Amino acid sequence: MSAAQRLRTMGQLRLWEVAVWILLLALPLLLPTHALLISEITIIALFAMSLDLILGYAGIVSLGHAAFFGMGAYNAALFAKHLNPDPLTGLVVAMAFSGVLGAVCSLGVLRGSDLTRIMVTLGVALLLQELANKLDGLTGGADGLQGVVMGPVFGHFEFDLFGQTAAWYALGITLLVFVMLRRLVHSPLGYSLQAIRDNRLRALAIGIPVHARLVVIYTLSAALAGLAGGLQAQTTGFASLDVFGFDRSADVLLMLVIGGTGWLWGGLIGAVVFKTLHSVISAWTPQYWTFWLGLFLVLLMMVGRERLLRPWGWGRKS
Amino acid sequence: MSDTVLSCEDLVKRFGGITATDHVSLRIPRGARHALIGPNGAGKTTLINLLTGVLAPTQGRIQLLGEDISHLPPHQRVHRGLVRTFQINQLFEGLTPLQTLAMTVSQHLGQGGQWWQALGKSDAVIQRCEQLLAQFHLTEVMNQANHELAYGKRRLLEMAIALACEPRVLLLDEPVAGVPAGEREELLQTVAALPADVSVVLIEHDMDLVFKFAHSMTVLVQGAVLTEGTPEDIAADPRVREVYLGHGDSHG
Repeated sequence: MSAAQRLRTMGQLRLWEVAVWILLLALPLLLPTHALLISEITIIALFAMSLDLILGYAGIVSLGHAAFFGMGAYNAALFAKHLNPDPLTGLVVAMAFSGVLGAVCSLGVLRGSDLTRIMVTLGVALLLQELANKLDGLTGGADGLQGVVMGPVFGHFEFDLFGQTAAWYALGITLLVFVMLRRLVHSPLGYSLQAIRDNRLRALAIGIPVHARLVVIYTLSAALAGLAGGLQAQTTGFASLDVFGFDRSADVLLMLVIGGTGWLWGGLIGAVVFKTLHSVISAWTPQYWTFWLGLFLVLLMMVGRERLLRPWGWGRKS
Repeated sequence: MSDTVLSCEDLVKRFGGITATDHVSLRIPRGARHALIGPNGAGKTTLINLLTGVLAPTQGRIQLLGEDISHLPPHQRVHRGLVRTFQINQLFEGLTPLQTLAMTVSQHLGQGGQWWQALGKSDAVIQRCEQLLAQFHLTEVMNQANHELAYGKRRLLEMAIALACEPRVLLLDEPVAGVPAGEREELLQTVAALPADVSVVLIEHDMDLVFKFAHSMTVLVQGAVLTEGTPEDIAADPRVREVYLGHGDSHG
């Protein structure tokens, strides 16, 4: 294959990807009783995808990505409650607030080591959680923000009790983001992020404005995390302090590690595997599910994803 | 004077009490084939880092194409045509040579911030990539991950990346360092075939290559310029023999 052909086909959507998405979009019909779970997993997957953008592509570690998720959740809830119940407008507001927060925070992660970044991101999330707790007049404090009633999507599709609309709403938005990110990561901009991740010194030496690129991608990632948060608040009609929680930041990182970083599907696969593991193991042994999760993670990291997924190769030396 | 492409005046860099660059002035004319030599620790790499903007000088000025670039960030110096290669390969290990070059060329053509178009949509990028891959003998390995390439190929890619930025001045930091004899010829050919109007500054320990390639030389010792001249002058200079050639560790 010539260089030209190779370049032209490199970023194309594969057939299996289209097939998987068709299946995903059909899920609310195939499993109507699980619609609530479907939208929950979809939203987490979107959240994980937003983290993949900075972790997998730009190489920025974060243990506080819930800061942006939570910012989006509270803003979407507050906007719907006090200003306008239209869901799509609410999502734009959620993204805008989280994006601005991301742009400000990006200045804190440009320099320094991974440890610095972990601490800065962790700190911001803790700070916001305490702020939401303190501002109880606005946020409802520890009781959470209740009584959020959403208008119909596109002024037509009402949110129903079984979560059918919510599931399609979440899937639709996530598909939109996926398609957009698919294009982005295969663009010159996307490859320049990978260049920064792999070798920042060389990226500068070929003329990539490293800081500007990192600010842009961090802001976008934050806005998308805010989108996921907004979706969650809208589909559950509720926002509480745990949207900022450390658990949420850590879980989403785990999902990404399980599904694999730097290929966008990692977030989706990770979210499905994580949630499935959770429900299967906790049905079997409710109190000790984190033990088995921990064991799985240790195995995954020690053995490696490739080998773990190919049991038939275990006897052989790699 | 008007034909000077890159120059620095009275450049000084101190790290604490150590003076790594000691009042260095250089003038690189258009199309130069200039070698920068000196024993280990002479401050050659520090000088390159100052010129390219990785380090900020303690004192002194740098000019590129008649403009003062002393305070420009590194990536903007690249846009103005000052490009370097590295003594130790600095590649993007997760990418392939094709992706690396397509990304670098897009960047150079001002499309680096584009996010909606796929990499390699533009014909100009594709043509330039094909040309670079052929010129640097990388066509047959263009789809292997960079970290899987043989050392000689990695060295070629290192230089191809710099050429993809279309330099006016190219700083080559030991281009053949560590390359086994069998893969050396390929690399030397590409160095010899660099465009004539590009000014090349070569930092090299290999004296055969230096004397074959350079039309002028600067000898650095302990951060300062010891002497400058044609290869013949330098070879005949007893001080150079004493501090550098005479030490017998010219391949260090």
